[in-house]
Amino acid sequence: MAETIETDVLIIGAGPVGLFAVFELGLLGLNAHVIDVLDKPGGQCAELYPEKPIYDIPAWPVISGKELTDKLLEQIKPFAPTFHYNDMVQGIEGNVNDGFKITTDDHKTFMTKVVIIAAGGGSFQPKRPPIQGIEAFDGTSVYYAVRNREEFRDKKLLIVGGGDSALDWCLNLQPIAAHITLLHRRQDFRAAPDSVRKMRALVDQGKMDFIVGQVSELLGQDGRLEAAVLKTDKDERQIAVDRLLPFFGLTMKLGPISDWNLELEGNAIKVGTETYCTSRPGVFAIGDINTYPGKLKLILSGFHESALMAHAAKAITHPDERVVFQYTTSSKNLHKKLGVA
Amino acid sequence: MKLIVTDVDKTVHEIAFNPDDILMHVLRAAEMGILAECDGCCVCATCHIYVDAEWLGKLEPIDDDEEDMLDEACTPQENSRLSCQIQLTPQHDGMKLTIGPEWD
Ligand SMILES: Cc1cc2nc3c(=O)[nH]c(=O)nc-3n(C[C@H](O)[C@H](O)[C@H](O)COP(=O)(O)OP(=O)(O)OC[C@H]3O[C@@H](n4cnc5c(N)ncnc54)[C@H](O)[C@@H]3O)c2cc1C
Ligand code: FES
Repeated sequence: MAETIETDVLIIGAGPVGLFAVFELGLLGLNAHVIDVLDKPGGQCAELYPEKPIYDIPAWPVISGKELTDKLLEQIKPFAPTFHYNDMVQGIEGNVNDGFKITTDDHKTFMTKVVIIAAGGGSFQPKRPPIQGIEAFDGTSVYYAVRNREEFRDKKLLIVGGGDSALDWCLNLQPIAAHITLLHRRQDFRAAPDSVRKMRALVDQGKMDFIVGQVSELLGQDGRLEAAVLKTDKDERQIAVDRLLPFFGLTMKLGPISDWNLELEGNAIKVGTETYCTSRPGVFAIGDINTYPGKLKLILSGFHESALMAHAAKAITHPDERVVFQYTTSSKNLHKKLGVA
Repeated sequence: MKLIVTDVDKTVHEIAFNPDDILMHVLRAAEMGILAECDGCCVCATCHIYVDAEWLGKLEPIDDDEEDMLDEACTPQENSRLSCQIQLTPQHDGMKLTIGPEWD
């Protein structure tokens, strides 16, 4: 259903920089909606390296990607941002005088005075296996995520991959699917050992199949998959399949950003370093997605950029209010906003 | 010292390297179409290469992290490696390799 949401500020991307922008905007009294194509906050830190240590966050000698995300969420809690996950921003229309209209894949519409692009390396998209003709089955027989379990009831499923997504969905869909084949390139799995044990038990009980190999061909017509040809060490074989679920992780794609009428340099958005405004007034770009002379793609650079951007954004949303510079340590006004007064 | 690199368009390049260089850095600097999204942290598999069979034995054996990550590489084979996990030595002078295909 079409739904229009009005807001002062819309942030595209819930990576560390988008999250900290919520904080800096919140201190100035601006509430934000945040959209991310992922199903969770944290961007690269959450998707690519939740368990890996980061050593260059000021005052944190070491912190993991997940811990940093959790701490940022705790820090921005007083500002109660509204998150919209599993959704991708497609279009930005309008201008700074009339406001911007933002549209998403999920058919949501936002009216906002200011747009903050914190899109990092681009939107995270599933890695699509280079099997000839696979696009023809996209969304009808080939799925990269399970949004609706019922879609898979009584179907013959081919699940490919060796990580947690592949194993979790095998276990989750096995009770309702007509049949499941798990295909992986080797005997060993990087998924949680417990899931692997449960999967092997189902195979032993004859309740699903596990095959070592790769998909070489898909057969079917009109978007309806009928069979897949699998290449194994020993042979090439054909199995009947209604639904294919490939799980090879995610990769970052620039996506629709190149259609937003912004001056780009390579895959990055050009900004000025005074306010991090793009070539389109009222549209700001912060974090990994922007570029300027001397840019370093570091989390701490994005944090700095957030603070300067917020002051410029406030001047647009509330042109008649004077923005006073204040410290969080001493300002009674900021204490109230932070809920510590 | 040099490497013989076949890119995704099947063009063969000779690329100079210094001992101790990380293979991914050498390939990226030479613009061989290596994405290396995670910049060498072994979490993205977008620095995937195929090493010619006769050179495989001259590389440090693959460790568990790299083997796990190869699951997310595009069409891995027996001779697949992640170039960010390979430190070059003079022994690798003349090594032949092919850049792995990119994900759609
Ligand atoms: C393995 C690894 C280790 C790293 N180590 C360090 C380190 O030690 N120190 C350091 O400072 N940095 C490090 N980095 C870099 C750091 O993670 C990035 O600088 C940081 O994540 C950038 O934050 P960001 O919020 O700008 O973008 P991201 O974290 O990339 O988040 C952007 C978000 O925007 C979303 N998005 C993009 N386009 C759209 C759209 N159209 N619609 C909806 N959502 C969209 C994406 O899905 C993504 O979730 C590391 C990176 C990696 C991969
Ligand atoms: S650069 Fe990411 S795994 Fe090698």
